[in-house]
Amino acid sequence: MNFEFSEEQRFIRDQARNFLSQECSTPVVREVLDGSGSFHRPLWDKIIELGWTAMAIPEEHGGLGLGYLELCVIAEELGRALAPIPFSSSVYLATEALKHWGSQQQKAQYLPRLAAGELIGCFAHAEGLGKPCVDAAAGKAGIAGSKLPVADGDIADFAILSARNADDVVQLYIVDLAQSGVRREALSSLDPSRSQARIDLQNAAAEPLGDADPAGAEAIDSLLDCAAVLLAFEQIGGCQAAMDSGIAYTKERYAFGRPVASFQAIKHKFADMFVALELARSNAYYGAWALSSDAPDLPLAAATARVSATDAYYLISKENIQAHGGMGFTWEFDCHLYYRRAQLLSSQIGAMPLWKERLVTHLLHAA
Amino acid sequence: MDFKDTPELAAFRQDVRAWLDANAERRTDNLNMGMEGEQAFLEGKAWYRKKAEAGFACLTWPKEYGGAGLTSLHDVVWTQEVVNYRTRDAQFVIGIGNCGPAIMHFANEEAKRELLPRMASAQDVWCQLFSEPSAGSDVAGLRTSAQREGDHWKINGQKIWTSGAQYSDYGVVLTRTDPGVSKYKGLTMFMIDMRQPGVEVRPIKQMDGGQHFNEVFFHDAVVPDAYRLGDVGGGWTGALTVLMSERLAISGIQPTGFPQFLDVVKSLELNGEPMASDPIVRDRLATWYSQYAGLQAANKRMITAVAQGGIAGAEASLGKLVGAVMNQEIANFVCQLFGQAGVIQDATLSPARAHFQESVLFAPGVRLAGGTDEVMRNILAEQVLGLPQEPRADKGMAFKDIPTGSAGAG
Repeated sequence: MNFEFSEEQRFIRDQARNFLSQECSTPVVREVLDGSGSFHRPLWDKIIELGWTAMAIPEEHGGLGLGYLELCVIAEELGRALAPIPFSSSVYLATEALKHWGSQQQKAQYLPRLAAGELIGCFAHAEGLGKPCVDAAAGKAGIAGSKLPVADGDIADFAILSARNADDVVQLYIVDLAQSGVRREALSSLDPSRSQARIDLQNAAAEPLGDADPAGAEAIDSLLDCAAVLLAFEQIGGCQAAMDSGIAYTKERYAFGRPVASFQAIKHKFADMFVALELARSNAYYGAWALSSDAPDLPLAAATARVSATDAYYLISKENIQAHGGMGFTWEFDCHLYYRRAQLLSSQIGAMPLWKERLVTHLLHAA
Repeated sequence: MDFKDTPELAAFRQDVRAWLDANAERRTDNLNMGMEGEQAFLEGKAWYRKKAEAGFACLTWPKEYGGAGLTSLHDVVWTQEVVNYRTRDAQFVIGIGNCGPAIMHFANEEAKRELLPRMASAQDVWCQLFSEPSAGSDVAGLRTSAQREGDHWKINGQKIWTSGAQYSDYGVVLTRTDPGVSKYKGLTMFMIDMRQPGVEVRPIKQMDGGQHFNEVFFHDAVVPDAYRLGDVGGGWTGALTVLMSERLAISGIQPTGFPQFLDVVKSLELNGEPMASDPIVRDRLATWYSQYAGLQAANKRMITAVAQGGIAGAEASLGKLVGAVMNQEIANFVCQLFGQAGVIQDATLSPARAHFQESVLFAPGVRLAGGTDEVMRNILAEQVLGLPQEPRADKGMAFKDIPTGSAGAG
């Protein structure tokens, strides 16, 4: 038994960590947070150059042909660095959708350009409050409806978008977002370091994802499972960074003549954060194994990884503010960046009620 | 990443399964074994002897000490398999898991060859005598004294919370040999013959009515110097070895209550509906499953670290902390689900043979035994995360000068 990333994978992780600590320090994140653009174009360009967008795309389509485990270690580092780029939308969702359910022609058309960073994709599924309910309708005249929120919807070139077909069955479509039938509007969100948009479609041209057997509800489910594992790695990366910053700060800050970190009230807080993070990390590892080996219990493992990571990031990001005291509540300190990102990642691809329900459904159906 | 056994371990797993199938009863539920006391002890002893005769006792110990000379990964395989069978080992975990490693490390060769094989085959039962009425979480504050008289030591004082003392032939006892130096420096550890007139064992009646633990009184009990474990004044180092072994011994088997919770949710109806369709139950299932699965996966990571030559460190405290808390919360939640009938503790009436009612009453003890929740958090914060220690009021003082309160003796 070997439940650890390989030496090569850990090397990729270390390289990514070094790169991001140079190129994606929190001032870089703040450039986007403070309002200059929807994402950090220079950082995105460097990441494309490093081949991260091509990582899990097969070589025949211009990718590097690596697996999910390599993508997981990259995800952890992007989460740690709070990278303000559309990586999850384009790589975990749009690219994966095309890779698994695209027709040969669609794969040939999109994957090489996604790998090369010439295109940014996004996933448009939610339609307002609550669980995703797909009312957008696809008819002969194109797709009509609204998608909200769509992560990176204002910057993506195309969307993998869910809509009801003529038989009222939910199905995935590829929609070019630059066309006249599409109106896009950037939205304010809890985490302005990442973009959110509303997309309105009026007779927007679209092609079904796949050909003979178009991708429907099952495809959406497995796409979400895959994204849940990868996002869990972003979450645990953020957890680790937030907890590390709190530990460093409370060791340095003195009150009553001693380090704040020497008080049990603070130590026990960090012990609880550590526990939550270790459980989340272990569940994410299991999810990574299930994803990379296409295990039958992937749906349960993915939901577990997501619930665990979401719980951990909320706990750690809020208690990290608390441990920092008043300075933790300032704009100047970075605590709120993690708190905001925790909120964003917990709602992206569906919030806790949805994922807990998915977990329980699979748990009760398991042997 | 993969979960495959090496060919050697796969073969060993086959052997273990075949032997268990032939010699033990496969579990059909997740409930505990029921029955305490003398009968349970005798069954446990018989099982350990059988296991030892077949060569499955103390897998990681050297053969000359009664073990099988195998690796910790063999031990993992054994643990993974045996959990599927109804076997008893409560009285033997402490001797083999906690005392054994300390003896292996600190005893002289003659004592090891004499005592360890008898421990491995369950011929002798061992207990661990550390805690005292006024030395719990601060166990180094213990007062039981050992005074040297020629080639013997005389032990006087009182221990408490000693599991299985009433069945024990020997114990590992931590004593104070020098109250004139700081508390960590004046301790010495011994092996002691529990079957002597100077040792008196009194069972403690717990709040749940059970009698798992004891008080042990020493009145001029005698220990030969050859039974000393480590240096005079070096007892704290030995104690840490024992305590770390204890956390490892229980980290993989710490009950969480989750499998029992899942079983009851799957099998029972509530107000005419399957319990599993209740939204509050589903919410709890998701939260506790994610913690339970996290513990299982964390254990796999720990095994991997050990397989790669590392050691399972203070991280083992995590399993104890999470499991003990979850166990209590689940028991309370399930009793609430039963409504007014939740208060009835009757194995013939209450679902799961009253497992959850028993757990409600036993759970507080689980959060205390083997290191309290708070001690576990201190260990994680200080030893894993590197946070500074609390300033200590007794730092640098001779033990005899340390202030004591009045709530010690209880």
